Amino acid sequence: MSLISLDAPGREILLMGNEAIARGALEAGISVAAAYPGNPSSEIIGSLAEVAKEMGLYVEWSVNEKVALEVAAAAATSGLNALVAMKQNGLNVASDFLLNLNMTGIRGGLVIVVCDDPAGISSTNEEDSRVFARLADLPLLEPSTFGEAKEMVRFAFEVSRAIENVCIVRSVTRISHARGNVILGPLPSTRLVPYFDTTRSFSALPPSITHPVAHRRLKQAADMLAESRFNGYSGPETPELLVIASGAGVLFSGEVIDTLGLEARVGLLKIGTTWPLPEKLILERLRTAEKVLFAEEVDPVLETNVKALFADNNQRLPRITFLGKKSGTIPDLGELSPGLMTRVIADLTGTAIPDIDADYAESARDALENFTPFRSLAFCPGCPHRASFWAIKKALALDGRNGVLFGDIGCYGLGFLPTGFRQPKTLHAMGSGAGMASGFGKLHDLGATQPALTVCGDSTFYHAAIPALINGLHHRSNFLMILLDNSATAMTGFQPHPGSPVDAMGDPAPPVLLEDLCAAMGIKTLIRDPFDLDDAAMTIFELIQETGTKVLILRQECALVRAKKTPRRYRVHVDPAKCIGEECGCNRFCTRVFRCPGLNWDVSAGKSVIDEAICAGCGVCADLCPRGAIVKESA
Amino acid sequence: MEKDPYNVVVTGVGGQGNVLASQLIGAILVDKGLKVTIGETYGASQRGGSVMSHVRISEKRQYGPLIPPRCADLVLALEPSEAARVLGEFGNPATISVVNTRPVYPVDVISGDLTYPDIDRLFEKIKSLSAKTYFLPATDRALELGSPILANIILMGAAAGAGLLPITEDDLAKAITERVSAAKVDINRTAFRVGADLVNDVPAG
Ligand code: SF4
Ligand code: SF4
Repeated sequence: MSLISLDAPGREILLMGNEAIARGALEAGISVAAAYPGNPSSEIIGSLAEVAKEMGLYVEWSVNEKVALEVAAAAATSGLNALVAMKQNGLNVASDFLLNLNMTGIRGGLVIVVCDDPAGISSTNEEDSRVFARLADLPLLEPSTFGEAKEMVRFAFEVSRAIENVCIVRSVTRISHARGNVILGPLPSTRLVPYFDTTRSFSALPPSITHPVAHRRLKQAADMLAESRFNGYSGPETPELLVIASGAGVLFSGEVIDTLGLEARVGLLKIGTTWPLPEKLILERLRTAEKVLFAEEVDPVLETNVKALFADNNQRLPRITFLGKKSGTIPDLGELSPGLMTRVIADLTGTAIPDIDADYAESARDALENFTPFRSLAFCPGCPHRASFWAIKKALALDGRNGVLFGDIGCYGLGFLPTGFRQPKTLHAMGSGAGMASGFGKLHDLGATQPALTVCGDSTFYHAAIPALINGLHHRSNFLMILLDNSATAMTGFQPHPGSPVDAMGDPAPPVLLEDLCAAMGIKTLIRDPFDLDDAAMTIFELIQETGTKVLILRQECALVRAKKTPRRYRVHVDPAKCIGEECGCNRFCTRVFRCPGLNWDVSAGKSVIDEAICAGCGVCADLCPRGAIVKESA
Repeated sequence: MEKDPYNVVVTGVGGQGNVLASQLIGAILVDKGLKVTIGETYGASQRGGSVMSHVRISEKRQYGPLIPPRCADLVLALEPSEAARVLGEFGNPATISVVNTRPVYPVDVISGDLTYPDIDRLFEKIKSLSAKTYFLPATDRALELGSPILANIILMGAAAGAGLLPITEDDLAKAITERVSAAKVDINRTAFRVGADLVNDVPAG
């Protein structure tokens, strides 16, 4: 249930950072919101979709981020306010359009919220999107609290409307996926009516004319940003150490300065408007600085830009030692944390960190070493992907030519771990498994003998794999594309996609079916149930004996989606009389090899058991046990 | 709250519902006029990993989303080895722990590649790293109520019953109505009471 549309100005409630961002957009009077899901950004559009009807918005889960930005741009060139949200990888997808849209500008308000994932908690990379602001000559803001996230988004729309260009807000996991106090503001009562003024055109051509306009707009933004309340200094007039921080770095640094009792010695310059920088404010602080420490995630963006500003003004400034990622004082990757900031600031100021009782510390170390078995990620109990990778493994073993499985992005990306029997050998960007399989399938002309396969989820297929499939087909590449169709964008929270019968707002939508698309292209397409392991494995085996481009749809609902709406399919238990454990010769096949978390190994009895609190009741393991010791009964 | 900030870690394994528990605690306390920040790690949380929420409660300011090392005041653990993991990094001699006794075995333990610590020694370890510990069969009681996921509310009820969180059953009912669904109020009230009763039955170690 979403609270973001609560009409209670002044009330203070707990919101997730992403909900605060969505609330800010509502307070700014948006009419349109679009995104492709991606953690840590998904809840922004997710929560707006929930309130779309009551707030009179149009909200969609677009097919990919570039299209999301285009959909929003249509609204923003028609005078409306539109929000687009994405994760860092998504901005790469959208960037082709963005780096042209920035040249034409818009006529309403368009804010892109990009949620970066320092340390890659739910991502394949930890790229720093802030560099796009500079690349695209667009203003960029960075919130450091939940309340500020809301305020900043509202302000970003003001900036966007004033300069008639896009404004970017960069959040990070520790803001987006954290929760905190937010004071609600008023919601607008009037709605803008979309109208595309055909006396104006929005053409990026010719850059000789549009580029200077983009520069002029950025200058105008610089003035608004410098006057905003998102930058500020707290600390002594002449600090021993000046910390310049943005995003989550602001809260961590502020807390450390407090707990170490350094308020009178260390100053904190909070930067909320990262590009263009508030130059006057920064120069003022540099005038009395000796030592400057940068606290930002991930790349040295503030650091580089402040140093450039210093270089431009060095005749009027003292000698300053700059410390940060360049000097190795702060790691040049990953997240900041209170522990890290405590060590760094204590070290730079010669402050002692209060120590803990040595016995306790020793016992704590022992706990971490000997009492906390590592939890590697695994597919959920009853997940169809486990069965699919099992079928692939079996088919490849039967085939014997050392086939190569190219992986892709989604829950099944975990397939390279033991949970997917380490079957996929590559993992990069959305749809790139299909592109690489299409390329490898052509190497057969050059003497390659290994079969080429790729796995791709349903949502990923629509997002980016279709062009690669067309490419392979047209070039007569030999590969099998296995579509793991679990009818959901599972990794990010089960959003609908173009194959779903409903859209983001819950309205019925015509599903664009995978098999129809493939059939229309004239590709041989089969559909199988991955839970029927033998059939799925044999079908894969047969398909990789054929030449040309083929598609196999392995269709079975995501276990979590299924559990929400239907009771367990089977009640499953192990018959202790039949399970003979290590004696069996099965090598504890069910637990050691198949590894579903719903199964367990009872060490004292030397037998397998089912954990009723965890088992999802898919029944697959019952078909695998060579002795038939696992019994499934229809529930 | 006696200590400011009061730092609570809610921990467990993906799918056990600790994100919801921390969110409910936070929502209730914000309604009572406190500043609460919750940092959590998920994304892969549905898929077997350790999941930890940091709840930071203050009368004065909005704290950052991560608790500094050794600064947890209260640990609510839905899984015992996760309690040890959290105490190992965030515990201190004054930390109080409320721990669900039922293990969730990591896949590498199930496969035989790793071993799960001996349960009695694990409980001893948790005790030795806590000023006070409450061990509760929360999952077993939740299963009796019809769903293992209610263990999180049982733990919340226990913490409240032991006077470790200023939360009442009515507070919970309000938060569930506002944030989950009115239809879920009764079962959550029951779970909360089960927790509060349990904590009075088990002697704190
Ligand atoms: S039936 Fe077997 S494979 Fe399916 S969820 Fe239960 S334990 Fe796992
Ligand atoms: S969320 Fe669904 S698709 Fe993803 S691992 Fe779990 S069961 Fe599988």
